[in-house]
Amino acid sequence: MGNASSMLTQYDIEEVQDHCNNLFSQQEIVSLYERFCQLDRNAKGFISADEFLSVPEFAMNPLSQRLLKMVDGLNFKDFVAFLSAFSAKASKQQKIELIFKVYDSDCNGKVSFNDVLEVLRDLSGPFMSDEQREQVLVQVLKEAGYTRESYLLLDDFVKVFGNSDLKMEVEVPVD
Amino acid sequence: MLGGDLVGEQGMGSCGGELELMKPSSSESEADRPDTQDDPPPGSSVHEPSPKLLLQDFLDISSALNEAAGAIVDDSFTRCFKSNAPEPWNWNIYLFPLWCFGVLVRYLILFPTRVVILAMGHIIFFSSFFSVHFLLQRQQALRRKIQRFLAELLCCFYVASWTGVIKYHGPLPSLRPNQVFVANHTSMIDFIILEQVTPFAVIMQKHPGWVGVLQNFILETVGGIPFNRGEAKDREVVGEKLKNHVRGSDNNPLLIFPEGTCVNNQYSVMFKKGAFELDCAVCPIAIKYNKIFVDAFWNSKKQSFTKHLVRLMTSWAVVCDVWYLEPQIRRPDESPIDFSERVRAIICARAGLKKVPWDGYLKHSRPGPKLRERKQQSYAESILRRLEK
Repeated sequence: MGNASSMLTQYDIEEVQDHCNNLFSQQEIVSLYERFCQLDRNAKGFISADEFLSVPEFAMNPLSQRLLKMVDGLNFKDFVAFLSAFSAKASKQQKIELIFKVYDSDCNGKVSFNDVLEVLRDLSGPFMSDEQREQVLVQVLKEAGYTRESYLLLDDFVKVFGNSDLKMEVEVPVD
Repeated sequence: MLGGDLVGEQGMGSCGGELELMKPSSSESEADRPDTQDDPPPGSSVHEPSPKLLLQDFLDISSALNEAAGAIVDDSFTRCFKSNAPEPWNWNIYLFPLWCFGVLVRYLILFPTRVVILAMGHIIFFSSFFSVHFLLQRQQALRRKIQRFLAELLCCFYVASWTGVIKYHGPLPSLRPNQVFVANHTSMIDFIILEQVTPFAVIMQKHPGWVGVLQNFILETVGGIPFNRGEAKDREVVGEKLKNHVRGSDNNPLLIFPEGTCVNNQYSVMFKKGAFELDCAVCPIAIKYNKIFVDAFWNSKKQSFTKHLVRLMTSWAVVCDVWYLEPQIRRPDESPIDFSERVRAIICARAGLKKVPWDGYLKHSRPGPKLRERKQQSYAESILRRLEK
């Protein structure tokens, strides 16, 4: 059971479940708590950026720095709320909202051309030149009816994703 | 891989191959987009069936996010270093007093006895070592032989101090040149258990404190190569020393733990290739501990070696199996890395360990940019490929 320094009571579990809108089952919350305690090495109540980066699979993800800004220092309740977008029960709207938040790094509710460019830069690294990135983005934006100066809102994201399925689901291992 | 998943998203429920074209549902959402069929932008194709890049392809970062979230929830690397405590059995009204009695016996009777035995062993070792050192200064061969025996004796004392129940399977190593021994690594006691029966020379990470002092004595008696994990330049120097040691006919056979770090005896991390490019036979040894009385995994980040020893000495016994497996030689078409993976597979199969594709040194340092760059490269390539069509 790792270092379950403070066991979760039934009240705690229900509170967390409520906070994440019942997207995780109680068993999944207990498993997530075990994982939280495992990552939070000195039982501070939150996981630091360094501790997230000690998971090599996370550290090598091209979007790790962006995600770190969102998960660094979260307490357990918010940690579960963040992960709830990846639950099997989460709606497509919630998944799109999370994707929007990842793009909207300055949290002003709009995603600019530069925001999209930045994410593309994270994903492609040194294997695409800045000119290529700009060129291809301008092209697809134009085809979608936007310009370089357009700001994308959450509704635009919803429209762009249309009817396609978003495969964004993570399984919480339950002992 | 990131690139492959991106293309798969476009498939929208069907095979998701790279040549999937726009599905009818997507052209519906394209209805409110301006029709650009008449004026194709440079670099993209308008003919079906080649896949056209859409804004959706760029906004859809779900697979990268999915991988990151998956890593946060559970990852195979952290699992390698998790100490899985056995189920407590003392939760009952009559089991609990029995357990308490056991604790008293272990801490008040067994532990002091074992400490005395260990102290005796150290006294015998050091007194004999120094007397032989000074009295037999001219008879080097005899002196070395006796010191070798003394090292083995000290290890026997250590094993006795935890009531080691160790079963050795397979032919004991023969002392001849041009061979190295490799084993999976769970704790520093791996070395003591193996040294008890065979005088191995060992390559080891230098430790501070009393352990370091003892390490120096071990190096003197049975030979070996110290190194420092933190120093990158050390690797080449150590590589040279390995080759020289193996070639020397007078040296004790070399024992190497290619994982480079202690793993929890349920998983195995990648082997470092240093031991496998020495052009000599590699003899695998598999070690499996039975957790029935104590978990012998030494989590060097969580406890010092002294605490680890005390934990072993206050348990009933340390039970383990050691298998000496058939010596392996690198095949002519095998790279050292493939060879190391092959030997790792042999050891894992014997000891019932699960293989994990991570470098053990990631326990002490962050991953380099190579892994991330590989993902970035495949993503970039998939975009550029579709641009060219």
